[in-house]
Amino acid sequence: MPRFWPMFRKEFIQMRRDRLTFGMMIGIPVIQLLVFGYAIQTDVRNLPTVVLDESRTPESRDLIAAFQNTGNFRVVAHVDGRPALDAAIARGDAQAAIVVPYDYPRNLVRGTTATVQVIVDAADPLSSQAALNAAAGVAQLRNLAILSRAAGRTAIPVEARVRPRYNPGLRSPNYIVPGLVGVILTMTMVLITAMAIVRERERGTLEQLIVTPITKTELMLGKIAPYVGVGLMQMTAVLLLGRFVFDVPLTGNILLLYGVSLIFIIASLSLGLFVSTLVRTQQQAMQASFGFMLPNILLSGFMFPRQAMPEIAQWLGLLVPLTYFLKVVRGILLKGVGLDALWREVLILAAFAVVLIVASVRRFHKTLD
Amino acid sequence: MQAAVETRDLTRRFGAITAVDALTLRIEKGEVFGLLGPNGSGKTTTIRMLCGLLEPSTGSALVTGIDVTVAPEQIKQRIGYMAQKVGVYEDLTVAENLDFYAGIYGLRGGAARTRLGEVVALLALGDRLGQLAGQLSGGWKQRLALACALIHQPALLFLDEPTAGVDPAARRRFWRTIHDLAGAGTTVLVTTHYMDEAEQCARLAMMSRGHLIALGTPAEVAAQVGGRTLEDAFVILQERDEGRSN
Repeated sequence: MPRFWPMFRKEFIQMRRDRLTFGMMIGIPVIQLLVFGYAIQTDVRNLPTVVLDESRTPESRDLIAAFQNTGNFRVVAHVDGRPALDAAIARGDAQAAIVVPYDYPRNLVRGTTATVQVIVDAADPLSSQAALNAAAGVAQLRNLAILSRAAGRTAIPVEARVRPRYNPGLRSPNYIVPGLVGVILTMTMVLITAMAIVRERERGTLEQLIVTPITKTELMLGKIAPYVGVGLMQMTAVLLLGRFVFDVPLTGNILLLYGVSLIFIIASLSLGLFVSTLVRTQQQAMQASFGFMLPNILLSGFMFPRQAMPEIAQWLGLLVPLTYFLKVVRGILLKGVGLDALWREVLILAAFAVVLIVASVRRFHKTLD
Repeated sequence: MQAAVETRDLTRRFGAITAVDALTLRIEKGEVFGLLGPNGSGKTTTIRMLCGLLEPSTGSALVTGIDVTVAPEQIKQRIGYMAQKVGVYEDLTVAENLDFYAGIYGLRGGAARTRLGEVVALLALGDRLGQLAGQLSGGWKQRLALACALIHQPALLFLDEPTAGVDPAARRRFWRTIHDLAGAGTTVLVTTHYMDEAEQCARLAMMSRGHLIALGTPAEVAAQVGGRTLEDAFVILQERDEGRSN
């Protein structure tokens, strides 16, 4: 392929000279990382909480402290009646409320059931779930302590020892940031190459280019090759920021990660190339790329777990490369697993790349019609 | 002797419209051949078919002896092409554009440097090498485009309205270069609106609505309508052709 290098060099110079695009290629990942990294917190903590303590006793204060200690409730105000409590939740000042009734300490002493009411704004199921679990946990712990004391036991009868592997702190960034590498690569790589051929068509340079002896393969590969480097740079930026801003551990074999990412980058670039053979204007190319982004983000398991999706959505998810890359990148970075566990995904990604490049070359004709 | 271009009943349709209708032409080697006609008469479509940019609907065309429908890629190393809309990269400098096309046409190392030096000298681009092509005026951009089209020393040069939007002095210089190239053996096929440019062609073909309405040297074409000027001949022949269709 003797004409690959001139094509590569030309694309490289144009890429470097196009300040806006180049800035976007570096700016988008950084901005996205910060936005997603800070905004996506599926583990909801510190729910603003109002307290209605009708008994005002050491026992009730002790209970409220126990709620606060879970880290799920942050007491923002004490109210002195139901109307004030309802208003605070309705306004959104608080998303949870704890009501300790008058008879709470008395029932504790008597041995009848002492109740405490926890009200949660469950409009957003995700944020209320953690609070509900925490509330149940607080009560359970109390029960255990009281019952054990009554039974004269110092140890609890049964304990389930849960070991959350790979992400013991259950931190969202650990899960989100590796996935974000895939999302950012998909977004920028597809968009950039989708524009690449239509831009030449619109500017009239494609006509000049196709009267030369350059082959379709040389043209296509020369067009995408410079962006492989851009993709690797984006990935490095996201990983470094993830490591030092969000404390995401980089556990596994980084070299393997780069190798697989290279394949994923080529697959994404090929996809953009394929899009560029389907559209006639840069506007269409942009719309098509964004149209492609949405199913990628929604179906790949980046935001919502695939296991929770209806079967048809799970099947559709298998059609987007990002699904496989997410599995690989999370596998390597969080679990530290190697090729022996991930070779299927790697092969599928490679197949995506090859099929899309071949399809693009076949679809592209060195004519104007 | 083998012709540089030989077409037989070359036809191209776009849907219901016939852009080029059974065109039969023969262009000899080393000739400056003009293709004349109003907008939409099929000049650009003809050139695009000869360059392999469009496939003919029917008919045949041999370019430097090679059939365009059989081996369009083989033709490409032997032809140079300048489109109506100049296809240089505006975000590359003059030198980068030339380097790129030299590479694409397979020139390497010393041979590339020598040839680059030649085209730069031929088109006097020496002072502009570092300038972005997008900042060049129309005349200079056109010279750069010609230099890019000549870098591989094509036997045959297709120029589609090369002097549109170029000032008279630059046009004159441009034509001097064309004659120099023809003198050195390059065949040139050029389309134009300008009668003074048509006069400079060794032979011309006049087109109207996709077909040929006159063919010959400028003097022969003028003689067809009683020896008047070429411009008169052009107007009369075209009106006659359009009258025939009504």
